[in-house]
Amino acid sequence: MSRTLEVKVLRQADPHSGSHWETFDVAYEAGMNVTTVMQRIAANPVTADHRDTTPVAYDACCLEEVCGACTMVINDRVRQACSALVDTLLADGAGVIEVRPMTKFPVIRDLVVDRSPMFQSLKRVKAWVRVDGYYDLGSGPRVTRQEQEEAYPLSRCMSCGCCVEACPQFNDHSAFIGPATISQAVLFNSHPTGKVDRDDRLAVLSGVGGIVDCGNSQNCVKVCPKDIPLTDSIAKAGRDTTTYKIRQWFGR
Amino acid sequence: MAKQHVVVIGGGLAGLAVTMRLAEAGIHVYLVSMVPVKRSHSVCAQGGINSVNELTRQQGDNEWLHLDDTVYGGDFLQHQPPVKEMCDWGPRVIHLLDRLGVPFNRTPEGFLDQRRFGGTMFKRTAFAGATTGQQLIYALDEQVRRWEADGLVEKFEYWEFLGPIVDESGHCRGAVVQDMFSMKIRSLAGDALVLATGGCGLIYGRSTMSMICTGGAAGRAFKSGVHYANGEFIQVHPTAIPGTDKLRLMSESARGEGGRVWVPAKPQDTRDPLSIPSDERYYFLEERYPKYGNLVPRDIATREIFDVCVNQGLSVERGALCVYLDVTELSPETHKKLEGILEIYEKFQGVDPRQVPMKIFPAVHYSMGGLWVDYERDGNTGGLVEGSVRNHHSNVPGIFVIGEADYQYHGGNRLGANSLLSCIFTGLFVAPTLENWLKSLPKGGAEDQPVSLFDGAVAVHQSDMDVLIRNQGDENPYKLHEELGELMTRCVTVVRINKELQDCVDKIGEFQERYGRISIADKGEWTNQNFSFTRALGDMLTMARVIAKGALQRDECRGAHFKPEFLIPAPESDEPAELRRQAQTWCDAFKVKNEKWLKSTIAKYTPSGPELSYADVDTSLIPPRPRTYGLKGAEIIEETWRNMTAGGTGDRGGDAVVAPASAS
Repeated sequence: MSRTLEVKVLRQADPHSGSHWETFDVAYEAGMNVTTVMQRIAANPVTADHRDTTPVAYDACCLEEVCGACTMVINDRVRQACSALVDTLLADGAGVIEVRPMTKFPVIRDLVVDRSPMFQSLKRVKAWVRVDGYYDLGSGPRVTRQEQEEAYPLSRCMSCGCCVEACPQFNDHSAFIGPATISQAVLFNSHPTGKVDRDDRLAVLSGVGGIVDCGNSQNCVKVCPKDIPLTDSIAKAGRDTTTYKIRQWFGR
Repeated sequence: MAKQHVVVIGGGLAGLAVTMRLAEAGIHVYLVSMVPVKRSHSVCAQGGINSVNELTRQQGDNEWLHLDDTVYGGDFLQHQPPVKEMCDWGPRVIHLLDRLGVPFNRTPEGFLDQRRFGGTMFKRTAFAGATTGQQLIYALDEQVRRWEADGLVEKFEYWEFLGPIVDESGHCRGAVVQDMFSMKIRSLAGDALVLATGGCGLIYGRSTMSMICTGGAAGRAFKSGVHYANGEFIQVHPTAIPGTDKLRLMSESARGEGGRVWVPAKPQDTRDPLSIPSDERYYFLEERYPKYGNLVPRDIATREIFDVCVNQGLSVERGALCVYLDVTELSPETHKKLEGILEIYEKFQGVDPRQVPMKIFPAVHYSMGGLWVDYERDGNTGGLVEGSVRNHHSNVPGIFVIGEADYQYHGGNRLGANSLLSCIFTGLFVAPTLENWLKSLPKGGAEDQPVSLFDGAVAVHQSDMDVLIRNQGDENPYKLHEELGELMTRCVTVVRINKELQDCVDKIGEFQERYGRISIADKGEWTNQNFSFTRALGDMLTMARVIAKGALQRDECRGAHFKPEFLIPAPESDEPAELRRQAQTWCDAFKVKNEKWLKSTIAKYTPSGPELSYADVDTSLIPPRPRTYGLKGAEIIEETWRNMTAGGTGDRGGDAVVAPASAS
């Protein structure tokens, strides 16, 4: 006998409408994830009480948890729909699969939210290496294995938004720039060439919405799907902004 | 005079590379992408990027050998000058990425570390863990963001390309694009249009490709008159993890770092795999291909896995097709280098591959074929004339194509870790071409074209949308897509049989009729993904027909295109004279086959289906030779072929190019 999953989705027609729950019955398949659930709903957009509806709008791209697109809140935890396996959700004791959009970004439709503020913040902290140009000027700076091993985990940030979703300080009333961006600033400040812009980045992190707004709840590091040591980055940024401010004090 | 603009469609590695390079030259770019560019499909590339490097050079390697491995691995279907240019650029590309801060793995002394990939004996592949594509795209994304902050790049993220704007003289003047949130359609005037829109794996339903790899953009360009070449050459990657929504790639780097492919010698042996002694394991790639072992080119590894499971019944599982990819014997340090992919397996399969051999099976992975583009050969170097307006220029003036979307670099089969190189190389290399193209245009740019040209193009797409969205019928787009995927996977992947291919072409025609009766559940005009998908399905059907018809008509085996009906039987006699005779017969048949089929397939759109023609391939640098990986009698075939072609026949065309002394 085929099993059926009860799936609840918080739907919203557009940025200006209110939201409401819709429930779907979806046939269970071995190994399925929440993205597959959305695909099955799209192919048969009928609610559990037999009303015709529209397919759920959702983001999905790589389905391997490297692009960050399909981030949403599933059974009260922010995560990627692609790596949210139904079997795991059921084993965690959930009778129902409950899906809603992230709450820290404006909803476009259903589960699609506008995360462009994350990319804007990357501009503010100059999250790039300012090279002289793209002609061949020989190899890059020598980097030790240890330095690479410190940089690589930070460089895996896919701007998915999990950390800011879980962060109590990142909200409508605060200008907090968020853990992901702080960590990127730390990454580029540690690069032999990237550090020429170090003080510009530290100026941003020292300003409004910068490092002092972190409430140290440490939620970010718990939800990061890539296990990025975000709290280490924040601690490092804290120390660096302090020395930066002292240097500013002495006019250098 | 209006300011000139370049419209770039697609923000993967190729699109980002050209964008940053144009911005550096002071040229304004509109960058259009269906997803925030940081989330493009290039993130899925895992293993690394190929280039000759200082270490391999001292082991006898050089750019010529990289060219040779690439065209031999590709079964000589590539024009060689572009490939030569790409291989020559390899070291420069790596230098640039290194300077941009890509966290490439390092040796203890702090140099770039390299691993070995398929189809070569050299360790040419630089890598960043097992998420190299992600790391490369982030570096380029960061550079483009820098230019965006400076005002030279304007991004259109969550916008979809609907088609080029072509004026009465046949010149492209920009693109029609649609906001995927508001569904508003508008034009972007551009003095050049660059398509960097990747592959088309979704035609096969589930593949290793991302959800955006529909081939929709290529299909729309094709319908507007851009030719499509070598469509039938689709790479099926040997090692992927089966899944309900997609088939997740398990990188070749797992084998590059020492991972081994095997099945139990006893069919469906139910013992714990690690308890099966080594003499009861069948390491079929190592046994059949002693030279390359687990690192044979992808098309060959794929066929062998398929053969072991389907023909020999040695699949690990009874109900499903799979073989073991075993990295359990590797050191913890090596596991760390592979962390990104081992995590994927663990996350999606719930099994730790460090402890238990992975179960994998081939999956559709890459489009070697793509939109047709031109090039200008440099008579002195054998490579390309840098900055020539012919490079990467399609047959429609003003439309350029780069990255996986073009057809030029990988021939009949792509070598692992050459795709990241080709994407970034083509993006960087096409920039001076575009500069010269903009300079060559008469005064008055695209923005000075009559408003009616742009409004007219927008109106056509608006009307197409209105018709499709209101269409009444009984066909469900998602179910039709599933059927298309099953059909294409069954008929046009690893083993291709003419009877099935004919059936496939006919079925696609039926699907196209059924598409006329498609019904979209969502009639709304806000963020209508249901509509976007259905529109792309129409393009998938168009391109599926190009792929299937190309495969049907090409009666030979070449690279990923394997038709057993046309396989030249391998010499097998144990008696030397007879073996020699058989080798001669083999070589004669090979010569005839090449005369007929060493050609690019060129597809042209017509409303009643694609028209195919065939064009010569420029093999002026390295004369084609039999691809004899693991073939019985390989040595005698190679010797016979050398004797047959010794002294040169003068029919290879082009200018003489002298290979470096160390080239073989």
